[in-house]
Amino acid sequence: MTAMIDIANAEKTFTMHLQGGVELPVVRGVSFHVEPGECVVLSGPSGAGKSSILKMIFGNYRCDGGRIGIRHQGAVIDLATAEPRLVLSVRRSTIGYVSQFLRAVPRVPTTDVVAEPLTVNGVAREEARERAGRLLRRLNIPERLWCLPPSTFSGGEQQRVNIARGFISDLPILLLDEPTASLDAANRAVVVELIAEKKKRGVAMVAIVHDDEIRHLIADRIVDVTSFAAAA
Amino acid sequence: MSEPTSLDTDQPLLVAEGLAKNYGQLAACRDVSFSLYPGEVLAIVGESGSGKSTLLQLLSAQLAPSAGRVSYRMRDEVLRDLAELGEAERRFLFRTDWGYVHQDPAQGLRMAVSAGANVGERLMAVGWNHYGRIRDTASGWLERVEIDVGRIDDAPRTYSGGMRQRLQIARNLVTEPRLVFMDEPTGGLDVSVQARLLDLMRNLVSELGLAAIVVTHDLAVARLLSHRVMVMKGGRVIETGLTDQVLDDPCEPYTQLLVSSILPP
Repeated sequence: MTAMIDIANAEKTFTMHLQGGVELPVVRGVSFHVEPGECVVLSGPSGAGKSSILKMIFGNYRCDGGRIGIRHQGAVIDLATAEPRLVLSVRRSTIGYVSQFLRAVPRVPTTDVVAEPLTVNGVAREEARERAGRLLRRLNIPERLWCLPPSTFSGGEQQRVNIARGFISDLPILLLDEPTASLDAANRAVVVELIAEKKKRGVAMVAIVHDDEIRHLIADRIVDVTSFAAAA
Repeated sequence: MSEPTSLDTDQPLLVAEGLAKNYGQLAACRDVSFSLYPGEVLAIVGESGSGKSTLLQLLSAQLAPSAGRVSYRMRDEVLRDLAELGEAERRFLFRTDWGYVHQDPAQGLRMAVSAGANVGERLMAVGWNHYGRIRDTASGWLERVEIDVGRIDDAPRTYSGGMRQRLQIARNLVTEPRLVFMDEPTGGLDVSVQARLLDLMRNLVSELGLAAIVVTHDLAVARLLSHRVMVMKGGRVIETGLTDQVLDDPCEPYTQLLVSSILPP
């Protein structure tokens, strides 16, 4: 396959043992693929399972059936059945993920939060910090905040730190969960630019965006998640 | 479908097979098997009495198993059964190649001798004998664990709880071990002190490429420090996987209970 991501019949059900074992089907028959340089936007109402699909591609949620093919270091692996060590290797060198909320480690300064995806891949700390600074500047995070941990920042600032962390590395796959949700117009425009630059470099992206205007600007293809609804 | 070669060539550092420990009728630990790879941090979580501390003692050869075995890849790359090691090899493991961080620093430190001697002692045990070099290395380590070098001649009984724990970590890491066991390393500390210690441990583990097995009842500690987690209940491992996967998408009833019992800050 030439696709970076090739998902076939993936499915996910939550079993809530604390609620008497109630089964909560989330998605079923999820099938789509993403080519290099392409941004696929998942659409559908809240609760349709969009974020769950992203989390399955990242290996954060388990996949109960089907296959999640990922091109990783020149081979195709099935993330749905990969052992933990392989998933970690995929996250280090293939898949980046901008989650909805930043989960920061206490005490770690913003620059280092952003630079970390580079340093874990062996980039020298100084160079990684410099690249982090460039991105933070583009995303309008004032320089006086860079040495502070982001936990005290506003929601919009935290989201921009999260975006910088997601966009800093040159990973071939990027998953974006509402990257523009709490940003003003100027910063939304920066994110649209960043996405366009990633496309030029051949990065395959899967995004969730509720803003119609942004979706129109970034989407090469739209995959309607309602067709994967798993309502029993 | 082939896996990347970097993983294929990787050999496990420690292998547990069918480990069990019985105390009379009580099965404190039953049928535990897993492999730990170099640089990997594994958290063992579960409530008091779940068998996690017994398991840690079995893995670190402080307790003999009732069944099963633990093997460790020595520096000559040969995987050896811990039960069959000679005295010299065991000593090498305990003094050099392994670290053991106790919940109570008083158990892992000598409280009446100076901080510098606490760190230097492990070096002398492996043959260092140049006083100046030992002292320089000890001060370097105090700095790394954020202890004021001016306190190097003070005994740890004059230190705060957080400082003692950081000193215990320095004492363990000074010989550049490849594997560190930690038993509730943040257990007795204030929350603010815990965050600092966790951040420090996280950095040291990744800078030194250490493998670690961390026993904790605190899921936040597991999330921050570990790559993989094993959930224990009644002496058994009931769920295992990537840490964020087990914590964000727990499958077993007991794991769901543990995760849902965390109070929001």
